[in-house]
Amino acid sequence: MVLGTNLKHIATAAQHNEVVNNNENVMICCGRMGPMCIPVYDIMEDLEDEYPHVTFYDMTFDSPEAHVIRNAPECSSFMGLPFTVYYKNGKLVKATSSIQSKAQITSILNEKFA
Amino acid sequence: MNYDIIIIGAGPSGLTAGIYAARAKAKVLIVNEGSVGGQMVLTHQIENYPGVESISGYQLSKIMRKQAKTFGCDIKTGVTLTNISLEGEIKSIEIDSKETFTAKSIIIASGGRSRSLNVTGEDEFKGKGISYCATCDGDFYQNMEIIVVGGGNSALEEAVSLTKYASKVTIIHQFDHFQGYQHAIDEAKANPKINFLLESKIIEFLGNEKVESVKIENLKNGSITEMPIAGVFIFIGYVPQTERFKGLINLNQWGEIIVDENLQTSQKGVFAAGDARVTRTRQITTAVADGTIAALRAVDFINQK
Repeated sequence: MVLGTNLKHIATAAQHNEVVNNNENVMICCGRMGPMCIPVYDIMEDLEDEYPHVTFYDMTFDSPEAHVIRNAPECSSFMGLPFTVYYKNGKLVKATSSIQSKAQITSILNEKFA
Repeated sequence: MNYDIIIIGAGPSGLTAGIYAARAKAKVLIVNEGSVGGQMVLTHQIENYPGVESISGYQLSKIMRKQAKTFGCDIKTGVTLTNISLEGEIKSIEIDSKETFTAKSIIIASGGRSRSLNVTGEDEFKGKGISYCATCDGDFYQNMEIIVVGGGNSALEEAVSLTKYASKVTIIHQFDHFQGYQHAIDEAKANPKINFLLESKIIEFLGNEKVESVKIENLKNGSITEMPIAGVFIFIGYVPQTERFKGLINLNQWGEIIVDENLQTSQKGVFAAGDARVTRTRQITTAVADGTIAALRAVDFINQK
């Protein structure tokens, strides 16, 4: 159960844990193929070359395995897709809800993964 | 850096213009402030694009982008246009306050975007009680009371669809009548979960971590009330993204770019295509046609010089 994007996909909770624990800087966008989510995937695809020190992934929000993101305490007040989460050395350091602009995303990447 | 043609916008009209202009051997730059594909990427399934039985807007935009790049277009996305000069023989744009590009011709294909309320708290609570997509976020509001803002077809139809999740939907609209089709109005009025608050508008969103209430102004008598609410869905139409061209080229009263039959604007050598221009029909097919015409006329223009 993966999204139809050109990003790398996380399909399971176990894979999620492996990705965040084995990479220093990770950005995961957890959503659907909807109008608020697609622009974020698109921006992430654009940023892959510009931020080689960051690993970019997506994950299907409706997969039961996505509980690792859906139930994160940092996402408890979120009521809009996508849930976008940023991990530094395995620790969740930032989370956003709903559509974000490229400027908003690069600002987080520059602050958290400098 | 100098180009023959700069295209502002990378929706179907901008990408098509890029494909045609680059194939005509023009040196082309496409700059885009949003994501490639424009409104097209927001369409889940496209089934009326001739020659393609069914494709997602996302995939179609990826193919168009690849075609444009293959034919030699330079594409810069997610940029901010910080300055535009459309006068004279050489036009210029500045992006992100640091890079300037010049061209003999410019095609404006900046498209449209959802209108927002622009009231206090709207940015802060986006995704935390404020949504612009019922399909995306409706299921977060199971058995909760929500508001839908708007009076057109989108607002009425999405309000009905949101009753699948919400216990009660209040439609807030600034006028005393709706702009939607009669069948959409009838369907909303017949739904027992939908209430109406007409001649009213939201003036502020309140809450801590997420929206907890809204302040509503009654436009008839000016009174202000506070309504506790779990979520607000906003569907108040689309606007052409042409604010930055005001004063540079002629726009109509709705901000749409006025063009002639060759899609040339009031400024010589500046063309407009797609949803940003005056038109009654806004489809991917018409955007693609516009992109074709604008590109060919822009190529004619630079070749005449």
